[in-house]
Amino acid sequence: MINTITILGGRSRSGIPEAVERIDLKMGDVVSIVGPTGSGKTTLINDLELFADANTQTGRRVLINGERPPLEYRDNPAMNPIALITQHTTFLSDLPVVDFLTAHAGIRAVKKSQIDEMIQKTLDFANQLTGEPIVLTSRMTELSGGQTRALLIADATIICNTPIVLLDEVENAGINRTRAMELLREYRKVFIFVTHDPRIALLSDYRIVMQGGSITKVLYTNEEERVFSLKVSKLDDLLSAMRDKIRFGERLTTHELEGLA
Amino acid sequence: MKLAICAGPATTGKTSVLRHMIRKLQDAGDQVAFLKIDVQFAEEDEIFAKEFGIPTRKVYSGELCPDHCNVMVLGDALQWAEKSGANFLLVETAGLCLRCSPYVDGGLGMIVVEATSGTNLPFKIGPMLSLADVAVVTKIDRVSQAEREVFRSRIQDVAPNVKVREVNALYGIGIDPLVDALHNQVDTWDKMLLRGNPPVGTCTICVGKKEIGWQAHFGVVRSLENQNFYRGE
Ligand SMILES: Nc1nc2c(ncn2[C@@H]2O[C@H](COP(=O)(O)OP(=O)(O)O)[C@@H](O)[C@H]2O)c(=O)[nH]1
Ligand SMILES: Nc1ncnc2c1ncn2[C@@H]1O[C@H](COP(=O)(O)OP(=O)(O)O)[C@@H](O)[C@H]1O
Ligand SMILES: [Mg+2]
Ligand SMILES: [Mg+2]
Ligand SMILES: [Zn+2]
Ligand SMILES: [Zn+2]
Repeated sequence: MINTITILGGRSRSGIPEAVERIDLKMGDVVSIVGPTGSGKTTLINDLELFADANTQTGRRVLINGERPPLEYRDNPAMNPIALITQHTTFLSDLPVVDFLTAHAGIRAVKKSQIDEMIQKTLDFANQLTGEPIVLTSRMTELSGGQTRALLIADATIICNTPIVLLDEVENAGINRTRAMELLREYRKVFIFVTHDPRIALLSDYRIVMQGGSITKVLYTNEEERVFSLKVSKLDDLLSAMRDKIRFGERLTTHELEGLA
Repeated sequence: MKLAICAGPATTGKTSVLRHMIRKLQDAGDQVAFLKIDVQFAEEDEIFAKEFGIPTRKVYSGELCPDHCNVMVLGDALQWAEKSGANFLLVETAGLCLRCSPYVDGGLGMIVVEATSGTNLPFKIGPMLSLADVAVVTKIDRVSQAEREVFRSRIQDVAPNVKVREVNALYGIGIDPLVDALHNQVDTWDKMLLRGNPPVGTCTICVGKKEIGWQAHFGVVRSLENQNFYRGE
């Protein structure tokens, strides 16, 4: 059972020790990592994914339940508690979706009889996140960017069912973020979002702030932000409704923003 | 002397993996020698000599099967490494012959494959994979977790006893277990043997008979419909 993941601070790009020496992430936490481009966000989640042990360029260390993670995590994929979905991840395999999911579920599933159900659940989850539904017989390499990202998130949550899920800038991937946040909140895991999106950031429990390759502070979402997040979500919904109207060849009017008041 | 033989398709990351291993061995105070075997072009020997100041050599296999060439020269190479004061010999070989294994029973057999090469690759590379001790999977930074897991399980389907190690050979992440395995390797001895059974020797085409069609050849031949069969006395 995993209860906490700990990040022990390393050093910044210029070699200065990190301001934040220790962060304990607990099951159920939804966390954002924020910072300008090049500030080291991707590097931080790579450290997590690799269980860095002062052997990466940052010198950080990652502990599970306060201890060095056991080697089996790397040896046995069914034991690996982390799933990572990156910005650029695409599928390279040209297997049909159903064959790939069957292979992956076969590695992760406890019982053979669960495989079909897992695949169906994964597909349903993914199709709630993407505009154009994924067909089981299409080839993995034929999926659009949004479909790919949606399937990766669904695969990580349902087939991998890992306690820790890392998502690197998934907001630009053409998936329904509102639905994604709602669906993900139903699972008790640690979700870590690398994000520039105010909505995702404010719906998180706290955000890790990065600069120059180092963690400079941890900001807990305060009461004011929590209340404000409703408005931010509203604004975000209005924007996506406007995007849809544009897409479907409609005109926009000043009334679009009336819902905000 | 401890020996590692590192094989794998072109550009999978053999040199990148060995680079990190050499650095870590040097940090631990070990003396390393390096031999590169390739069919017709290689410059890893010059690169490593410059980068690490270690004794290096290269051999072009030319017309010989590169895996067999490796076995032919290995005796001399071990003596050369010994004379140069090394206690580790690392061999990088092209591994182009998918029928043979380049590994010997007294050396650590490493196959380097890339996670980006598609889930069917493990089924295609024969003894180079199944007779290795470790399968090093590189470029894990380029694929999804899901594909990585499927790739690994395909390797284990073909080669259940081979240890799989996933690495990012750009940053040297995951290299430590390989260095540990090499440190724990037995010392080489005089009469080491090639691992596995070499494929059915040569055919009459190998020795220069160029006619098309099995009817023009002798020894082990095959037709489109039949498996290999023997023709001749
Ligand atoms: N992204 C990524 N690139 C890699 C990795 N390993 C090797 N490469 C790149 O792949 C190319 C071929 O690597 P090299 O070590 O020369 O392959 P070799 O032909 O097998 O010796 C080089 O451009 C390397 O930088 C890796 O783990 N990740
Ligand atoms: N602590 C660090 N020490 C050294 N290099 C770092 C450190 N953190 C990040 N880098 C390097 O800085 C570059 C940008 O980092 P990256 O994580 O891609 O930024 P972001 O995802 O925030 O855009 C990368 O080349 C990375 O290797
Ligand atoms: Mg990034
Ligand atoms: Mg090379
Ligand atoms: Zn051969
Ligand atoms: Zn022949």
